[in-house]
Amino acid sequence: MLAKRIIPCLDVKDGQTVKGTNFVNLRHAGDPVALGKAYSEQGADELVFLDITASHEGRKTFTEMVTRVAAEVNIPFTVGGGIGSLADVDRLLNAGADKVSVNSAALRRPELIDEIITHFGSQVCVVAIDARQDEFGLWTCYLNGGRIPTEFSLFDWAHEAQERGAGEILFTSMNHDGVKTGFANEALRQLADNLSIPIIASGGAGAREHFRDAFTIGHADAALAASVFHFGEIPIPELKQYLRGEGIAVR
Amino acid sequence: MKVAIVKYNAGNIYSVVHALKRLGVEPVVTDDAALLRSADKVLFPGQGEARQAMTYLRDHGLDEVIRSLQQPVLGICIGQQLMCRHSEEGDTDCLGIFPVDVLRFQPLLHEQKVPHMGWNQAFANNAEGSGHELETLVENEYYYFIHSFYVPVCEFTAATCDYIVPFSAALRRDNFFATQFHPEKSGAVGERLLRRFLEL
Repeated sequence: MLAKRIIPCLDVKDGQTVKGTNFVNLRHAGDPVALGKAYSEQGADELVFLDITASHEGRKTFTEMVTRVAAEVNIPFTVGGGIGSLADVDRLLNAGADKVSVNSAALRRPELIDEIITHFGSQVCVVAIDARQDEFGLWTCYLNGGRIPTEFSLFDWAHEAQERGAGEILFTSMNHDGVKTGFANEALRQLADNLSIPIIASGGAGAREHFRDAFTIGHADAALAASVFHFGEIPIPELKQYLRGEGIAVR
Repeated sequence: MKVAIVKYNAGNIYSVVHALKRLGVEPVVTDDAALLRSADKVLFPGQGEARQAMTYLRDHGLDEVIRSLQQPVLGICIGQQLMCRHSEEGDTDCLGIFPVDVLRFQPLLHEQKVPHMGWNQAFANNAEGSGHELETLVENEYYYFIHSFYVPVCEFTAATCDYIVPFSAALRRDNFFATQFHPEKSGAVGERLLRRFLEL
């Protein structure tokens, strides 16, 4: 049985993880490579590293970090944050990333997806979508980490991304992100049941049950979270054991 | 120990280089026939498209070199598929080390997504008395897969996996061994497989 994936997400600024961590007794919890290795040893199925640096110098530091992750981590990892061009993708894949996630740049210029999959294949191309549901129930995609609304509805854009060849959709609900009351299961289910590519749930994890619901109600293929892992609130081995007990296939 | 990796036009070869380095082995990545023939172990990894890969291998004479290798050889992902007789991908004649044809997954249900991507369980075929040491490489564990084409179960199957249909997670024949999954991305379990291969 294909396992549901559990994916810790690490925000990286100037080569260091941010958001702080209380995670295992790791002396270098600020070092994304050490943290990534620790998660891998705990049973994480994949890792996501997001570059939240704006500067040119920071970009270079991030690429160097990707090289170190590739050398030291033995599970697949995705990198994202600020990817704007095919040259960025080329640089990060060459540094050893397994996949890249594109977000705002693809919304601004959807052809970027076609270019990535033509050069590197669908399997490397994760399209990350930040969307917010309004009081009428409509889901709208946002740019720049959720600051700028677009004309795109979540479902239209996700469908277009799939048609252009995206390998996976990483959907973050801005309504749920940071609230820790569970994932956006209804929207997830609508995506999962209508698209033929894997859906990664993001935003809202606060308890073990939330992961279960993302899989059983939301039909997600994978679930991503940051703080519940970083602060040791939900240790990955315990989460896996819980999900297994709930009849969900996990590694 | 001399470990060689076949250099050709496939992606993701360097993740195998890193994995071997983590095990303390410094492999050589080469398309030189003499270097490949004189290595103690040869790995044939990669991600890519079958037709382009086979064209490249033939143009560089590597098809004959790989077929004639005598030492333990480990094919990975597209490497495994290229070691078969034929692939549905691009209707491509392949190396023919394993006389079996590679097929495309045909999903029957919506949730059967293609590519088959993620962690899935392999079941080692430790048939009583098979006596094949390559069969002991795979454990009944989760490994990381990413592929749209598969090798059906056949007499050379060393381990099976179930996705849409049962298929060959690993093959073995004489000195040739191959996995559909990526041991270099399969955590500690994958590292154990690579270590055991190096110890053969």
